[in-house]
Amino acid sequence: MLGIEGLSPETISGLLDLSESYIDQNRSIDKRRDLLTGRTVINLFFENSTRTRTSFEVAAKRLGADVINMDVATSSVRKGETLLDTAMTLNAMRPDAIVVRHSESGAVNLLSQKVNCTVINAGDGQHEHPTQALLDALTIRRRRGRLEGLQVAICGDIMHSRVARSNIHLLLIMGARVRVVGPPTLMPTDIDKMGVEVHYNMKTGLKDVDIVMMLRLQTERMQGSFVPSISEYYRFFGLDREKLKVAKPDSLIMHPGPMNRGVEIDSEVADDLDRSVIHEQVEMGVAVRMACLDALIGGRRNAMGAAA
Amino acid sequence: MSGNVVRGVPPHAGSTAYINARIVDPTANSEYRGAILISDGKIADFGPTLFASGAPYGIESVDCRDLYLAPGIVDTRVHTGEPGEEHKETLESAGVAAAVGGITSLVLLPDTEPPFDDASLIEFVARRARQVKLANMYAFGALTAGLEGKELAEIGLLAEAGAVGFTDADRAVGNAQVLRRALYYAKAFDALIVHLPQEPTLSGGHMSSGVMATRLGLAGNPPLAEVMMVERDIRLVEMTGGRLHLAKISTAESVKVIAAAKERGLKITCDTAAPYFALNDLAVGDYRTFGKLVPPLRSEADREAIVEGLKSGVIDAIVSDHRPQDQDSKRVPFAQAEPGGIGLETLLPVSLELVHNGHLSLPQLFQRLSSTPARLFNLPGGKLAKGAPADLVLFDANYAWKIDRADLWSKTKNSPFDERPVQGKVVATIVGGRAIYRDDDFTSAAAAA
Repeated sequence: MLGIEGLSPETISGLLDLSESYIDQNRSIDKRRDLLTGRTVINLFFENSTRTRTSFEVAAKRLGADVINMDVATSSVRKGETLLDTAMTLNAMRPDAIVVRHSESGAVNLLSQKVNCTVINAGDGQHEHPTQALLDALTIRRRRGRLEGLQVAICGDIMHSRVARSNIHLLLIMGARVRVVGPPTLMPTDIDKMGVEVHYNMKTGLKDVDIVMMLRLQTERMQGSFVPSISEYYRFFGLDREKLKVAKPDSLIMHPGPMNRGVEIDSEVADDLDRSVIHEQVEMGVAVRMACLDALIGGRRNAMGAAA
Repeated sequence: MSGNVVRGVPPHAGSTAYINARIVDPTANSEYRGAILISDGKIADFGPTLFASGAPYGIESVDCRDLYLAPGIVDTRVHTGEPGEEHKETLESAGVAAAVGGITSLVLLPDTEPPFDDASLIEFVARRARQVKLANMYAFGALTAGLEGKELAEIGLLAEAGAVGFTDADRAVGNAQVLRRALYYAKAFDALIVHLPQEPTLSGGHMSSGVMATRLGLAGNPPLAEVMMVERDIRLVEMTGGRLHLAKISTAESVKVIAAAKERGLKITCDTAAPYFALNDLAVGDYRTFGKLVPPLRSEADREAIVEGLKSGVIDAIVSDHRPQDQDSKRVPFAQAEPGGIGLETLLPVSLELVHNGHLSLPQLFQRLSSTPARLFNLPGGKLAKGAPADLVLFDANYAWKIDRADLWSKTKNSPFDERPVQGKVVATIVGGRAIYRDDDFTSAAAAA
């Protein structure tokens, strides 16, 4: 599973339905099933991400798989071993799935060409982060009952965000309308040609939207290179109660985490129990990743169909 | 593709007649059935009436069986790995690939390790070319010391040692003052400066900007980074009166601006490389690193404009921009991959698409491939003329085949044209009167006849 782009609405719905079934399991006392007993899942993270890695690890373990975490930032890749050497080495150990996070766009596609097990993209550079988009969709669908016809604003650093790209693909495939909101320096070229509406200010961008998705702004990009300063960014693009006024009164607030409080989001809205679903997103993350592992290596191929 | 590359043959003495050929004469802009007589490595005679009444008696004759015979290709942009990266390409392996590709003269870029910024390296190339005994090999001198774009290289000494032009290869000279002084200084030696116009501060990306780059999540190079440098360079030519040739034009806007400059009477010339009229940015889809080039492959609209530029003559020449890269340089994530593609063996078949698609006549194509580059760089080949070197290519313009990188003779296989169906194949390559390459089928057919 390399990306959302190219998936059919049926495949996505199927995965979301399957995820639903794992939510109750995760909330019960006995969280473990033995669907993946005997299967090996390797978490191969070339870039640190405690949250995503933990989420995949919990998901795999709850299905009974053996999980190996490879923190590549401290291993042989530092000694000059190439990405493909690492892939071939792991492949020889016959895992059933490799979950990969890498800082370069396309690195996961490249790796997947050289191994003969299932590869799940846990985020590659600025390209895609498919399970994040699925968990966001699951969160929205449970709160709103549907995705079709909803007006969604994705705000902040669109240019460098794989989360934005995967969400744009998924939401458009499922019939939602998508706006991207942020400073022009953080908008990728021709983003409008992907079928989204582009806004440079929060007032028009958030007007009457159902969903507000905030994105994380990397620290190194806030000091003069893409935006002049943190305080200027917060003033014009940080989500606070005031800017949120133009959105629908019951609009949901989402963030893939980890949040920079006081940069892209104000604590008051982030912690708003009625509208912020940020912790729910984390919960859905485990369910969605269980569904992906189930569909891809659980022996049930129907949910993913040809895309598997 | 199978054939024989013949090395180590002494300079051809005596005479050979190539008869029953369809001759392509770019200088006269004509095409006719006729013959060419070669004596002592030079063209002794040629024309439609020569040997019209039959094969000449008493001298060796080759029946071309109605195949095309044209001046050999003069490729003025070739990277090899010698010296410094011989595992990618040596002058010998590049010479073999050139022979198979119908290229009879090539000009080597100076971005080797060490770079050609010292006269001894220009002499080294000449010496190695004499040993390799394949295509004629010439070398660029570095434009600036160490190709760093800061201080002028020893242009005079390099020219004296035989450098045929000056360039920093795939690096643009960002500092206008440096290029201005280089253009002034080079006038003393009537030297041609070749510059790749890409504004360096805007060219840090990995493919052309646009929706494709946005989808793939790759940093883009805007097409305008090219034209703004073209515009600056045109003003520098106006200011200095120097001889400037712009390399690898890839965008529609650049073609427009160069056309306007030529209309104003400025002596400025340019070339493009085969990928820019044959491919667009879809070729990098799914992170295909063989499509990572400098400048990056552009949009379909840009590609069409490059074809138009070749048609109108605004773009004077076509180069292969042969740049070998080994697997370690290409089988990595896209952003980390080295740019460049090999092109010596595919230059003619891919360029023939311009003829098959009705954009150029064969004589026009060989103006862009042979006669014009030879004239710009003051090289002896590239034309049909009595007394000119007998550097020729015999080819079948219609033979259909599919490029397969595994069959290419280059040391590395990074062809952006891998798996492309093409029409046209080199049958023999003749340098200084001797055939340095012969296709097996042709050889056996000739023997049977």
